[in-house]
Amino acid sequence: MTLRPPPTPHGAHPETTTEPLEAHFEHTIEADQRIEPRDWVPEKYRATLIRQIAQHAHSEIIGMQPEGNWITRAPSLRRKAILLAKVQDEAGHGLYLYSAAETLGADRRDLTERLISGKQKYSSIFNYPTLTFADVGVIGWLVDGAAICNQVPLCRCSYGPYARGMIRICKEESFHQRQGYELLMTMMRGTDAQREMVQESTNRWWWPSLMMFGPPDGDSPNTAQSMSWKIKRHTNDELRQRFVDMTVPQAEALGVTLPDPDLRWNAERASYDFGEIDWSEFKEVLRGNGPCNAQRVAHRKRAHDEGAWVREAAAAYARKHREAV
Amino acid sequence: MSFDNAYEAVSEANDEARWAFGTGFEDPLSGVDTSLPSGVDGDDLAAYCLMLGDDALIMSHRLQQWCTRAPELEDEVALANIGLDLLGQARLLLTRAAKAEGSGRSEDSLASFRDEHEFRNVRLAELSTHDTADFAGVIAQLLVFSTWRLALLQRLTDSRDPVLAAIAAKGVKEVTYHRDYAAQWTVRLGDGTDYSHQRMQSALDDLWPYVGELFESHSVVERLPDIAVEPSELRVEFDDVLTQVCSAATLTVPDAPARAGVSGRTGRDGVHTEAMGYLLSEMQSVARAHPEATW
Repeated sequence: MTLRPPPTPHGAHPETTTEPLEAHFEHTIEADQRIEPRDWVPEKYRATLIRQIAQHAHSEIIGMQPEGNWITRAPSLRRKAILLAKVQDEAGHGLYLYSAAETLGADRRDLTERLISGKQKYSSIFNYPTLTFADVGVIGWLVDGAAICNQVPLCRCSYGPYARGMIRICKEESFHQRQGYELLMTMMRGTDAQREMVQESTNRWWWPSLMMFGPPDGDSPNTAQSMSWKIKRHTNDELRQRFVDMTVPQAEALGVTLPDPDLRWNAERASYDFGEIDWSEFKEVLRGNGPCNAQRVAHRKRAHDEGAWVREAAAAYARKHREAV
Repeated sequence: MSFDNAYEAVSEANDEARWAFGTGFEDPLSGVDTSLPSGVDGDDLAAYCLMLGDDALIMSHRLQQWCTRAPELEDEVALANIGLDLLGQARLLLTRAAKAEGSGRSEDSLASFRDEHEFRNVRLAELSTHDTADFAGVIAQLLVFSTWRLALLQRLTDSRDPVLAAIAAKGVKEVTYHRDYAAQWTVRLGDGTDYSHQRMQSALDDLWPYVGELFESHSVVERLPDIAVEPSELRVEFDDVLTQVCSAATLTVPDAPARAGVSGRTGRDGVHTEAMGYLLSEMQSVARAHPEATW
């Protein structure tokens, strides 16, 4: 194995053996210490992290669309402000995450190209449509709730910049989740039509939320390596179970039914059993055939393309004024 | 925020009093006497608060429509932030209007259950730019709007109505940033590429006919001396700022006659552009579909 050129500024000469560096890396991981941008890392660790962080960043950016869909129609000015602030936070999360990926030598422009050309994925949940204002609350409750279950362990991820970014992101996500749940509570105390809206929305989002944890453990080829590098701390099925156990009492408190006839408490496991997820739908959406895949990427691509002249102007202005100094 | 223990850091109480960029929970009216100042006609004060509140509400709506359409992520954050600030100003002003008219209406009933002719915003605020992805258009609109509004709010801090003065004091800090953001982009686009120069110039040229309306006096304002700001007083400062910004941007300050109203009536009198009906039908749709609901 040879060393990669920068961004490892203290890297040895390319021909130098990497064994001591690998040993140091393994030791850092083993001791539960953080890897920092200056540290040597195996190429595959770098690539895995860039892919994961980029997909996470893309998810934040694409995730702005389904919720952004309701900002202008929000039925009260307070809800409008909360929603606008939330969508703005997501843009901010995207920025932190692209920056974390850049510490690994990735380039934001390049990652954006990969998103809009379909080479890199984002969370499939955002390929579902938002059809009523209740979806704003249900996304906060279920989708942000699932995201928190997935993301809190990432605050202990072995890569320092990602772990620190995730602490801030998780704090904001948990705020969003509480706001979503509070909207639903208010709606459930409102009119019959509002209660029906919340139930209908819950019915649509429950199963896609469970799919957010990814394929079952037996079908998740990258999990073992990511866990040994402490990029990932729990398996998909562990996290999914944690989410179900956390959510069922919340649904009861809210007064909505989760659309799963097989959902019941299992005293032996001290956890809820739940029904089989429709993995064929999961795969279809992943393959690009979800209700909104084409629309989401086309929208992002259009905004990016239509902004090209603005970015060119800013670059031209910066060049002129750098030369003038 | 501590980074020693990730789990603790996540559950730690939020000490920053922030929930999004640039917005806080501080109550700008804390300690302010909210009773109506003596000798003031409540309907006039309400009408004036609606004028300034509707300007902010409608301009905010136009910025909200840019969400997910900005040329760069930093601008997503900035435009949303400006939209949020203006939305916050609108909420305070509509609440003040409701109190002044004493009708028992709220910020939400005023936003969602008034018809088009009851909205008193200037027409400049309702011009649409997102549908044609016209970034130069929204920057020109924001430059003109924020330069004018900043000059207005600065003077409004001396209003005899302590509530308007407090809202203005908060707004001055916010709109100073809005103007700075718009001015910086005006300069970058104006002095960027040939193409961006042309786009920025025509954006200013296109909206200039709506600039005259910003400085027209109104009978409501005339009936509120010491409370309201006379718009014609703002023109000199506005022209100075626009001249400076355009000069740095290598642009020409347009010179175009003001667009006429209908029988002399414009936005402040509830006579709007054709775009306004679509804007309201979108903004009010959910609230009007569920008039009995609480959100």
